[in-house]
Amino acid sequence: MKRGVNVSEQLLEMSKITKRFPGVHALKGVDFSLRKGEVHALLGENGAGKSTLMKVLGGIYQLNEGSITIGGNKVDIKDVNDAKENGVSIIHQEIVLVPYLTIAENIFLGKEPLKKSGFIDMDSMIKQAQTFIDNFDLGLHAKMLVSDLTVAQQQMIEIIKAVSFNSEIIVMDEPTSSLTDKEVDFLFKTIKQLKEQNVGIVYISHRMNELFEVTDRITVMRDGEYIDTVNTNETTNNELISMMVGRDMNQMYERTYVKKSGQTILSVQGLTRKGVINDVSFSLEKGEILGFSGLVGAGRSEVMKCIFGIDEYDEGEIFVNGKKVNINVPNDAISHGIAYVPENRKEEGLFLIKPVDYNITIKILHQFMSMFQVNKRYEDEQADYYIKELSIKTPNKDQIVNNLSGGNQQKVLFSKWLATKPNILILDEPTRGVDVGAKSEIYTIMNQLVEEGVSIIMVSSELPEIINMSDRVAVMYKGSIQKVLEKEAMDQETIMYYATGGN
Amino acid sequence: MSNTTYDNFFIKLTNAFLQYLRENRGILIGLVVLCIIISLMNPDFLSTNNIMNVLRQTSTNMYLAIAMTMVIILGGIDLSVGSIIAVTGVVTTMLIAVAGFPIWLAVALGIFVGMLFGSFNGYVSATTIIPPFIITLATMNIARGAAYVVTDGKPVRVMDDSFNFIGSGYIGPVPMQVIYLLFFLIIAYIIMNKTKLGRYMYAVGGNSEAAKFSGINIKKVKLFAYTFSGFMAGVAGVVLSARMFSGQPTAGDMAELDAIAAVVLGGTSMTGGRGKIGGTVIGALIIGVLSNGLNLMGVSSFWQYIVKGVVILVAVYADVFKKKN
Repeated sequence: MKRGVNVSEQLLEMSKITKRFPGVHALKGVDFSLRKGEVHALLGENGAGKSTLMKVLGGIYQLNEGSITIGGNKVDIKDVNDAKENGVSIIHQEIVLVPYLTIAENIFLGKEPLKKSGFIDMDSMIKQAQTFIDNFDLGLHAKMLVSDLTVAQQQMIEIIKAVSFNSEIIVMDEPTSSLTDKEVDFLFKTIKQLKEQNVGIVYISHRMNELFEVTDRITVMRDGEYIDTVNTNETTNNELISMMVGRDMNQMYERTYVKKSGQTILSVQGLTRKGVINDVSFSLEKGEILGFSGLVGAGRSEVMKCIFGIDEYDEGEIFVNGKKVNINVPNDAISHGIAYVPENRKEEGLFLIKPVDYNITIKILHQFMSMFQVNKRYEDEQADYYIKELSIKTPNKDQIVNNLSGGNQQKVLFSKWLATKPNILILDEPTRGVDVGAKSEIYTIMNQLVEEGVSIIMVSSELPEIINMSDRVAVMYKGSIQKVLEKEAMDQETIMYYATGGN
Repeated sequence: MSNTTYDNFFIKLTNAFLQYLRENRGILIGLVVLCIIISLMNPDFLSTNNIMNVLRQTSTNMYLAIAMTMVIILGGIDLSVGSIIAVTGVVTTMLIAVAGFPIWLAVALGIFVGMLFGSFNGYVSATTIIPPFIITLATMNIARGAAYVVTDGKPVRVMDDSFNFIGSGYIGPVPMQVIYLLFFLIIAYIIMNKTKLGRYMYAVGGNSEAAKFSGINIKKVKLFAYTFSGFMAGVAGVVLSARMFSGQPTAGDMAELDAIAAVVLGGTSMTGGRGKIGGTVIGALIIGVLSNGLNLMGVSSFWQYIVKGVVILVAVYADVFKKKN
């Protein structure tokens, strides 16, 4: 996609970049280029491969195939230092600062100025750092500890760290996700300054209005593939969204049973956890699947964690069957018939090195274990029941869960919670990392459950899944519910519109 | 040096000292209170002689604790230092008594053996995913066993005054052990505050992901810290054997735990990333003063263990409590 660019202006050329992880084909021959003084956006849904592509450029991942050319020379980027030597600087999405070092020490980490004696030149380091900070008008002192800063301030330090060292290529991965409007203005001013200095900037963001404000070109990626590159002033919001989500609808999503009961089983009023979620209110009907959509960091999982008693909330009320309930710890939620299948099944859900039956029965031990005896037969019955019912593919129930496939692990996790006989089932990214076959089985299970009168909240980042499985969808943006859409009003463009801050 | 730069230097030094007092206010108050109580109960405590005694007795622990601070700051732990004391002591004395090596060479080789153990710890911890607790637990046993095997469990005697001077000598009123200590404190201070290496230890322990993204060679940092720890244990081993005229395979038993206690009392976080050598010094002094005071008061060593345990718990709890509020 050169579109008649003078080759000498070409700063970076990544061509046919391929990256495979065990079991995942993360990048499939992606092309990307960057000119001097240009801001080039990378756009795509979660998991489209944007960050992976930039981690290849930054030397954190090594490419399997393809080539990178910087300033006309083919380069081989083997590690972070190689990337730095080629003038590449990355502002990562997650904050990577050392908490108990000062601002100055963090800015200069890995490139400390030295005196002739070989010792660190603290005075010059602090002075230079202070100049950088003052340029951004942050009102901080270079000797403050990073652990004493707010998240937004830390994010600004990350940005300073990247822009302060004459990098030719700066990658900004969601730089504004935790900034206030005022700080975003500073950032954009800085970006404009950098452009004048002929620095090329790769800008990753989900916020459409930002892209139209600062970028020159936009490249869209989807499922690890390159889709297209367009000039920002020649495209529209809608065109971009349809490029992002344009995958084929799949028939495997099928709601077999939709019936409005009109009976509210769970109602959440004004739920607030300061700085995370803000005044979240919604209700869940009996036998309904309520989808929760939104971008990463919009606060969906955080809402669920508050409802399930994992995180504390500052304000708000929760009603189950019309009765106000107090939920302080997960056991409170469980006793009110709520179950939560978390997003990270490996970290938060399963005992990976324990067998299948151990995992299935861990929440119902009280049903078959007393002080001195274990009703082994009851335990076996329960495990067998769920292995059969959810068709968990395992050689036997003594198999270590870690040896099962992602889909079957997810089914074990489902069983663990179904064994508690919940009325309200919260599923957080229920099909993440499972193959197509297991996905469709999980949807079947969900259909069966609602048929039996269980009510489901499904958090999902996959739009087709949300649209096809939910009866209603709540779209979140920056910690609040932006809009609740009825089945008829759901389509990918509308959801994306609200998820990126439209109203 | 012109007058103004001299003044500047003096002001900087004063500021640094005041900051040191501020940062360690909690345990400093603890140490002072402890000293006051003991001196009220036994005035001998404050005599120059006894103070030098306390410093001398504390110095071995401090050798270990200085390096232990570095290891813990970068997110590790070193349980093997007590056993390395025994190995170096035994190797040094055997080289002198059995092989007839000159003292300086025997001492150098002894310390070198300590460094070998340390660098083994560092290498394994840098290149494998075995937790440092396990690695150094293993080398702790291996080193202790080696000391027993080569000596057949018996002390190795070296009746040589110039060797003995290394551990028991004085320059003026100051014991040699304390002079080494001052030297190593300055070295450690420079490493932690003036060099990249020190900065990187905080970075690796505070957020190894950030260290990696900044292009820091994490393996090198680990290798250095554990090797330095082995080196300091080697120094302690040589000094102890010189003092006792013999290399003992039982020397340094449980010394690693006193070193860890000093580090923790000094406010270094066991999870890594934060801590200061200066705090460790006070932590080690508290342990030293406590056992010296209890000795002066004639408290049995059995009870001293109990008192030490309680003090560690109370001090660390008070510190955590203070930080929380």
